Amino acid sequence: MLSIKSLSVSFGGLKALSNVNLELQANEVVGLIGPNGAGKTTLFNALSGLADVESGTLEINGKAHKWPKPYELIDLGVARTLQGVGLFPELTVLENVMIGDNKSAKSGLISSALGFSGSDETKLKERAMTALERVYASGIADKRADSLPYPVTKRVAIARALVSEPKILLLDEPAGGLGAQDIEWMNSLIHNLATQCSVILVEHHMDVVMSVCDRLYVLNFGEVIASGDVETVRRNEAVVAAYLGVNN
Amino acid sequence: MLKFITAVLTSLATGSIYALMSTALVLVWRSTRVINFAQAGQAVFTTYIGYEVTIRSGSYWIGVAAAIISGALIGAVIDRFFMRPIFKRIKSGPIVMIAPVVATLGLLGIIQAIIGFIWGLTYQSIPAPVSTDGYQIFGSTIAFSPFNLMVLIAVTISMLLLTLLFQRTNIGLALRASAYSPEIAKLSGIKVDAIRTLGWALAGAAGGLAGMLFIPSSYLYPNAMDVLLVFGFIAAVIGGLDSLFGAVAGAMILGFAINFATSYISSKLVFPMAFIILILVLLIKPGGIFSSVKGRKD
Repeated sequence: MLSIKSLSVSFGGLKALSNVNLELQANEVVGLIGPNGAGKTTLFNALSGLADVESGTLEINGKAHKWPKPYELIDLGVARTLQGVGLFPELTVLENVMIGDNKSAKSGLISSALGFSGSDETKLKERAMTALERVYASGIADKRADSLPYPVTKRVAIARALVSEPKILLLDEPAGGLGAQDIEWMNSLIHNLATQCSVILVEHHMDVVMSVCDRLYVLNFGEVIASGDVETVRRNEAVVAAYLGVNN
Repeated sequence: MLKFITAVLTSLATGSIYALMSTALVLVWRSTRVINFAQAGQAVFTTYIGYEVTIRSGSYWIGVAAAIISGALIGAVIDRFFMRPIFKRIKSGPIVMIAPVVATLGLLGIIQAIIGFIWGLTYQSIPAPVSTDGYQIFGSTIAFSPFNLMVLIAVTISMLLLTLLFQRTNIGLALRASAYSPEIAKLSGIKVDAIRTLGWALAGAAGGLAGMLFIPSSYLYPNAMDVLLVFGFIAAVIGGLDSLFGAVAGAMILGFAINFATSYISSKLVFPMAFIILILVLLIKPGGIFSSVKGRKD
């Protein structure tokens, strides 16, 4: 599904990622874990065109691709959520989700300005509502994003990523800041999502990681120090020393 | 009573012209965080184009169309070939905020010099398509003419179209999203650079229309729109630089304040009144009356 080979990213003289390899299979949930500053989000940024790639190759569905620009990500069947949720505060929930599918809109400026883009808008709205239903948030479609409680904004951010019907979903700390009940709900959502797409998950909540991930990659100082199924990684001494600690 | 009615009507007419200019400034500010001082130059250049077309075709309305289209094209070209390279080369430090604004000031000078080369420095006039003689009410002539009414209608229609574009279309949604958070907009598949260029084009078109609606009541010369730029800027600040609604509301507040002050107190109060309101707004609500800065992420 997705294959990253020898990915290196530097910021000035600092190596943020060094020769990172990552594989993702269809309908697989892969966890990316490691201490703060290990390079997890940098890997997401490289994959989504927000960080300049120094070297490395990218394959999606067996086909080599150039590292995408941010706006090309959706075309590759990849969607991403951000650590900080990143909803547009003054827009409604429905508008926030519609933005995630903006690329499928065909109408141009003149037809839009003259009001001839009605069917386009209707389709966009329908798809956005479907995405909201998938995260059980269709009832708040007309609310402004800045009026929502934090856990609900997380759902809306995921709906915005889902609306383009991606084959690969990059979730950046979806459980961050959530309470126990919402984390449980997020677990079951990620399980459900994996029936329709592949997921790469960056997450610090180890309960979530251990519960939903099929495989893990552990990053430390920009390098993959371990990878494999959850149990293998959990027992890896280097991982225990660098990240998990003795209690995990 | 007649004085009051006249003041209200002229406030609406002048406020609507300020609204076009403030809208143009806000469109660029929202998309690139730049106060585009070149807007006055762009507007007057495209008004000269509208003037040429009006003279040659004999139709004011063809001239208006030419000014709007050329305004949009010039706006797009300025962003694509002037502003975008500047933004790409300057990535950090205080210069990020200063350089683009200084660049627009330089551009204003360049455009006005080009106008001088092409059309000279003499005053030109664009004939109004309808009468500029004031209406008669109760046997008295008021300072509000059929042309003023036409201006009011034209600006209202333009603002409605712009509102429809922003509120009801996917392109409007992309414009709003790109203004709030370029990074997220990009990740959602929006070509933010192209959308920004569209913002500049819309601003250029608004400036072109403002010029063609303003000049028949005045004269056309290279600095003809400078005053309008000042009032448009004040209106945009009053409304809150982020808000299109605020830009229009700010322009109307300014239009009413200036016209009532000049009607009831002294005709010398045009500029003092504008700056008094500006200072009051900056002291009481520095973000502007309709600002939405709180929620913005850049």
